[in-house]
Amino acid sequence: MSLSLSISTRAPRVSRKSAPLGAFTTRLLRSRAVAALASPHPVDRYLELVDPMWAVEEVRAQVVRVQRETDGPEPVTTLTLRPTSTWRGFRAGQFVQVGVEVDGARRTRCFSISSAESGPDEPFTITVRPHADGLVSRHLATQAQPGLVLHLSQAEGAFTLPDELPDRLLMISGGSGITPVMSMLRTLAERGYDGRITFVHYARDPESTIFRDELRVLARRENVDLTVVHTRRGGARFTPAELARVAPDHLATATFACGPAGLIESVREVYGDSDLLRVEYFKTSTIAPDPDNAEGSVSFLRSGRSGENTGATLLEQAEALGLTPEYGCRMGICFSCTSRKAEGTVRNVVTGSTSSLPDEDIQVCVSQPVGDCVVDL
Amino acid sequence: MSDHKTLTPDQLEAFGAEMDAIRQRVISELGEEDATYIRDVVKAQRAFEVAGRALFYLPPAWPLAVAALSVSKILDNMEIGHNVMHGQYDWMGDPALNSKMFEWDTVCPSEQWKYSHNYIHHTFTNILGKDRDIGYGILRMDEDQKWRPYYLGNPLYAFLLMIFFEWGVLLHDLEIERIAAGERTWADTKHLHRGMIRKVRNQTLKDYALFPALTGPLFVPTIVGNATANLVRNIWTFGIIFCGHFPAGVATFSEEETEDETRGHWYFRQLLGSANITGSRLFHIMTGNLSHQIEHHLFPDIPARRYPQIAEEVREICERYGLDYNTGPLSRQLGSVARKICRFALPDRLVRRLPTPPGLGRLPFAGRSQDPSPAAATDQAA
Repeated sequence: MSLSLSISTRAPRVSRKSAPLGAFTTRLLRSRAVAALASPHPVDRYLELVDPMWAVEEVRAQVVRVQRETDGPEPVTTLTLRPTSTWRGFRAGQFVQVGVEVDGARRTRCFSISSAESGPDEPFTITVRPHADGLVSRHLATQAQPGLVLHLSQAEGAFTLPDELPDRLLMISGGSGITPVMSMLRTLAERGYDGRITFVHYARDPESTIFRDELRVLARRENVDLTVVHTRRGGARFTPAELARVAPDHLATATFACGPAGLIESVREVYGDSDLLRVEYFKTSTIAPDPDNAEGSVSFLRSGRSGENTGATLLEQAEALGLTPEYGCRMGICFSCTSRKAEGTVRNVVTGSTSSLPDEDIQVCVSQPVGDCVVDL
Repeated sequence: MSDHKTLTPDQLEAFGAEMDAIRQRVISELGEEDATYIRDVVKAQRAFEVAGRALFYLPPAWPLAVAALSVSKILDNMEIGHNVMHGQYDWMGDPALNSKMFEWDTVCPSEQWKYSHNYIHHTFTNILGKDRDIGYGILRMDEDQKWRPYYLGNPLYAFLLMIFFEWGVLLHDLEIERIAAGERTWADTKHLHRGMIRKVRNQTLKDYALFPALTGPLFVPTIVGNATANLVRNIWTFGIIFCGHFPAGVATFSEEETEDETRGHWYFRQLLGSANITGSRLFHIMTGNLSHQIEHHLFPDIPARRYPQIAEEVREICERYGLDYNTGPLSRQLGSVARKICRFALPDRLVRRLPTPPGLGRLPFAGRSQDPSPAAATDQAA
């Protein structure tokens, strides 16, 4: 036992022979008695030092397999994850928040699960396309190695198959929006679903199409009508007419659509407020507008208030709208006012740096919105 | 308020810009090394804690058990707790090291401490009437606190505060002296009670019931050992923290002179209102790098391991502006604080009549001279 504080060039957090905790041990470690002994720190703070795969509250997973889905320098990659015993399983179509450390900081993003529905203790996969400005997706797709430990949430999202399956299903996806749809299709195949499935997928070109081989196998199934449109090879983008052609009964069919916001918006227009349509779309980093011009609007989620962006700090704008957020120093040193920014770009008035990451914690007293901005206040 | 050097508004602005430049540079450099460092400290702290708790099963190792547990509590409270709760590691996005979520191994709930410390003390540092850390509402630590016979007990109160320091920190937010003065009612503190009771219950249950009970027949040595570790931590943290703002030469400010303060002036006040302690690397770690109180007050949200790295640069800037950079070994700073505690126990007119012992220019008897030379100090006192 020594106070070793030298900076080590240590290996990433890999646990070699680790096994998730057993059910009895987990119950014991979750008991009030053990919590009282570990207090004020959660029990997981001790367990993780022994083995990152030991947890009683937090969910983590170890990468056990890395598989390329496309070619090229930044390939779409499928990671097989073995979760801790705290993982509760997922339903086909759900997503999970994945946290990974890049340069000492944990970055968290949502990824759809691509494997067939599975329960606790079962491995599952996420399929990641590296985005040009996506720190997490690029890191996961190009740097992840077996052994890497990731921080997870439980599975989330209501983009799931109904408990009672109808005898007709329609799926529409664009780009990497295919991942939750693939989870649904794999689940349906496992369950021996024999209803009719129409699946329309939009991809740029054959080379960047994820799950290309599996789609070919899928197309041979009797109950599946598959249309893959390559938009950069002359294929037409989504139109209501094309949808009516491949699925004339679409307005009477349970429909699942996942992809970029533009595609989802077009699909929504077709269905109006029909509850047969379920959608999921990507949240992307906003492109920073000119930081010297106050424009756009500022909205506050919890209070439901919003107003024109005046260029003042978010704290001042919130107060001008009648909100009373918690604050202290009003100069960026005490962290009393830290709040979550859901979307938008902010500029730190002290350092001048701007940040456009979605779902990021910011100090509202020194953050000025640049363009549209949404804050959880 | 003290007679301290002043700068022109232009100088203040330039001084602030130099400080901002350091701040920006360090923040842009934060990364893997800082993350690895704080995780290694956490690992060391947990190892000392587990070792300490385990060694109580071996009666001959009792002193070792107490030592390990004391080190654990000191690391937890200072290099980890104090610094994490300042938001120094919020950029890591790790809930275990996040200022909103961290709870420390002491009876004061982190939520309440963060309000009085991060906001009140760090924003209004050394402004009389605003910064409640000047004497903590119990002691007289400044000439401008009016003398009352109550303050004859200054040394005794300071001694008791040292022994029961974690309880003092807990009760700080109740502002009992203001309740006694009729400026605040007991009902005004109601929102604090639940958090306090819960934290006190958890801390005492663990140290004074569960862990002693787990050692069975060794219950008494274990409970005494746990109490000793808490006491060691109390004395150490009290000593380090009192050296941060109370040594001779540290300036205080009035509310009037800090109205409409600029950012440069805020930096200036943080510098003159703080004092450092010199020592080895291990010493700095054990103080949570509060031995670099000046750098901490200039940059409270920068990881503390960076303070020793920027100290030289800060000192050089201070020299250029002719500003005092208050630093010295622990013995000297502690001695200075002890003399101040005793000196302010007495009414000022009595102190002025006392002779100044030769060669002790930094004595608070000598008034507030910024000039450290004994001759100047003696002249003033005479």
